[in-house]
Amino acid sequence: MTSFDAIVIGGGHNGLTAATLLARSGRKVVLIEADDALGGAARSFEFHPGFVSPGLAHVINRLDPDVLSALEIDHSTTPTAAPTVALSSTGVHAVLRGAYGETIDGVSEEEAARFAEFRKKLLFQAGIFKRFLKRRPPEVGEIAFDDLKSFATAGLHLLSKGREEGRDFLRMLLMNVADVADEFLTDDRLKGLVAFDATLGIHLGPRSPTSLLGLYYRLTGEVAGATGAQFVAKGNSHSIAALFDAAATRAGVAIRTGTRVEKIIADRGRATGVVLSTGETLAAPAIISAIHPQATFMALTDAAEIGTGFRRAIGNIRTKGNVAKLDLALDRIPEFPGVAPADLAGRLIIARSIDHVERAFNPAKYGQFSNDPVMEITLPSLTDPSLAPDGACTLSALVEFAPYALADGWEKGKPAFLKIVLETVERYCPGIGASIVATHFLTPADMEERYNLPGGHWHHGELQADQLLINRPVNAATGYATPLEGLYLASAGSHPGGGISGLPGLLAARQILSEKRA
Amino acid sequence: MMHLTALRRAEQGHILTPRLETPFHDRLAALSETNDWYSWAGYKAPHSIFDTELEYFAIRSTAALFDISPMVKYRIRGTDAARYLNRLTVRDVTKLGIGRVHYTAWCDDHGHVLDDGTLFRLAADDFRLCCQERHLPWLLDSSGGFSVEISEETAEIAAVALQGPTAFAVLEAAGFDGIETLKPFQLAEFPHAEGSVTISRTGFTGDLGYELFASANAALSLWDRLWAAGSGFGLKAIGYDALNRARIEAGFIVANADFITAEAALRADRERLPDEIGLDWLVDPEKPYFNGRDAILRARAKGTLKHLLVGLEIEGNIPAEGAIVYHRGKKEVGLVTAAIWSPLAKRNIAIATLSRPFGASVTDNLWVEIYAMRELQYQKLMKRARVVPRPFVKLDRRSATPPGRF
Repeated sequence: MTSFDAIVIGGGHNGLTAATLLARSGRKVVLIEADDALGGAARSFEFHPGFVSPGLAHVINRLDPDVLSALEIDHSTTPTAAPTVALSSTGVHAVLRGAYGETIDGVSEEEAARFAEFRKKLLFQAGIFKRFLKRRPPEVGEIAFDDLKSFATAGLHLLSKGREEGRDFLRMLLMNVADVADEFLTDDRLKGLVAFDATLGIHLGPRSPTSLLGLYYRLTGEVAGATGAQFVAKGNSHSIAALFDAAATRAGVAIRTGTRVEKIIADRGRATGVVLSTGETLAAPAIISAIHPQATFMALTDAAEIGTGFRRAIGNIRTKGNVAKLDLALDRIPEFPGVAPADLAGRLIIARSIDHVERAFNPAKYGQFSNDPVMEITLPSLTDPSLAPDGACTLSALVEFAPYALADGWEKGKPAFLKIVLETVERYCPGIGASIVATHFLTPADMEERYNLPGGHWHHGELQADQLLINRPVNAATGYATPLEGLYLASAGSHPGGGISGLPGLLAARQILSEKRA
Repeated sequence: MMHLTALRRAEQGHILTPRLETPFHDRLAALSETNDWYSWAGYKAPHSIFDTELEYFAIRSTAALFDISPMVKYRIRGTDAARYLNRLTVRDVTKLGIGRVHYTAWCDDHGHVLDDGTLFRLAADDFRLCCQERHLPWLLDSSGGFSVEISEETAEIAAVALQGPTAFAVLEAAGFDGIETLKPFQLAEFPHAEGSVTISRTGFTGDLGYELFASANAALSLWDRLWAAGSGFGLKAIGYDALNRARIEAGFIVANADFITAEAALRADRERLPDEIGLDWLVDPEKPYFNGRDAILRARAKGTLKHLLVGLEIEGNIPAEGAIVYHRGKKEVGLVTAAIWSPLAKRNIAIATLSRPFGASVTDNLWVEIYAMRELQYQKLMKRARVVPRPFVKLDRRSATPPGRF
């Protein structure tokens, strides 16, 4: 049996963040990754000879600066914010530039002014949330002085803008994005865009109550100091995964890929080690699981070692993915009529209106996919030429809504949905079908299998009001520590949630470092 | 044609008999002189059959038959049954031998007691759990990750307690050969009619006694067999009021009478850790993990236990049922949940829940305030109470093996 100070399960970006931080504090850390390479959903992979997908996360919009500096990752080479193109079937598109539309092309001056007001309001309100996303959620019943301080400063910040802003915040907080968009905007392309962004990766339609939270969450993210900004993910040695991998290696983390953790060893309420697929046993006083909470507790932990109520709560985490991922290998750079060549390197959204997003969502409630899906498209090889051979191109798309529990099953549904998705892309990019060299399509069921992601949900659990803050992933494990002493959670399933931020990993590591060593 | 309302009413016929009848009901009803019934877990159960006083003395002087069929019974079977129950309950199930019974309790994740009960190990992978309240959802939720089958068999299994000094003699006379070898908390199967009956040397009276479990369709023939054998041994059928006196003397607690179970509690401060209701001795910190372990041990380590269940001996002879307990006659520190004048101990006894440190480090100067109703006027009595160990009555015949015939 080999002993370490800490064992990290899962080499996604959160696992790498936690492992690196712990190693930099002088601890002996080993990281176990089941896959042959690190990075999880942020890892690029070759899906056709010469064509590389950036992975599930093809847009980077919330990589936390504190994480980067704690890991000493130099990310100064970040390109300027990528634009967002709200595609219109008429070919007259709206283009948001800068950080979430600091300026907009293709809309009337009045509409641009309305959007500016909408953007300002939401950024201000999201800023209040942001204060809580970068710290451990408060523990009900044991509110610490620091928690009170952050509540107080958030409150003061709110009041400093006047009572009107405070009232508006409380009014809008749990609203649906459709009503808010209708309140501020008139242009269907913009309304469709914000409706899409608010619901991407969440099982809500724009008219579902609380759907505005998804947009807030997006607007708590920042890149290169600009809130709401984004860039298209790179791959191979430039991928986020590679940067985090290098940081972990530099920090001296022992990394074991291609090795699966079979079991967490626990006795009388304390986790003491793990058993690996190789049959080896590793021991450590701290075990940090950076995989889905359900994978941690339902698969790796003996039910006899955790409480009935806790296991029931973990089992009840709502975690049914709703997004499909498409990667296309193209023999040439596609043309989207009406989109300037430079803007092709940005994010292209197919969401014509709020109704379009809502209608795409409706069948998902009944376990069916949409016949007119909404999606987010990038052409990653335009940002990172190493992803495709010279002259060729890759296309990556996140497509909604594709319910994990498809009524007819994905075996039958996958080819049918892929056909619909390709036809949809064809409508906005005539001729693209003829340029397809290879297709790679992942349904939530595929993601579950490929990434050990229960429900195929990239947030490791629905990012909705009932599964946020003190209830993420469940109340009894909200502070990264779990009822099983010595076992910590550090995945997107923990506060603040999913997306490539590194914050769950950072906050989990800080929690462990703040505790007395066992 | 029947009117629609009448039709609807006919479909709801079950509301006319809201209380279920136990498999022994025909015999109880025939014997009942007082016709004094109450609801026990949905079943019609007797408060008394003929005279509570005499029924009590049947328990202590001869033998008493008490129908415990309404007691909730679960069957837990499977290769993981022992492991499952070890996680569910606070006591070490691996120490429970085959053919043995132990008293135990189970808690939620916060260490709050969901219920107490008896666990029967019928075979290596076959258990019966008996208790006061229903817990099927909790038992099923607890089964995730274990290979077990859980079913409720309250209705299918008839059960009767035979308690009192001549209980053994009754069983012997009834022809249960080998019953003399049964030690306390041991069980064995005996042939009865075409099937069998499981007899355990257990009970809720602190006296020599047995509990008999048989399939519901064998209930009446079992009753008749005991009744015939008992005629020369003073066997009487009894109701709950008599049993309640005996159980208070034995110091046993009743869920939702002496403590509120976690699932029944509406108020957050009514829930109880095992240590707060006198069940600390059941909790085994050395055994593998079990529900509530962290919370119980944390409360012990941090000294945050708030309550204490104690036995009280109260001066005078007026039962202090429901009385408030005071310190120095002024400060309210607890409540009496059960109290009788004990004919056997010749003492005025009570079971009470106190707020720590009262009853723990502070045991002097405790008083109970008894409101004695005397011809439509309360007489308020302030009586001195002393914390005393439970059981209030200890009978050697309860555990003597082979048992006496008397």
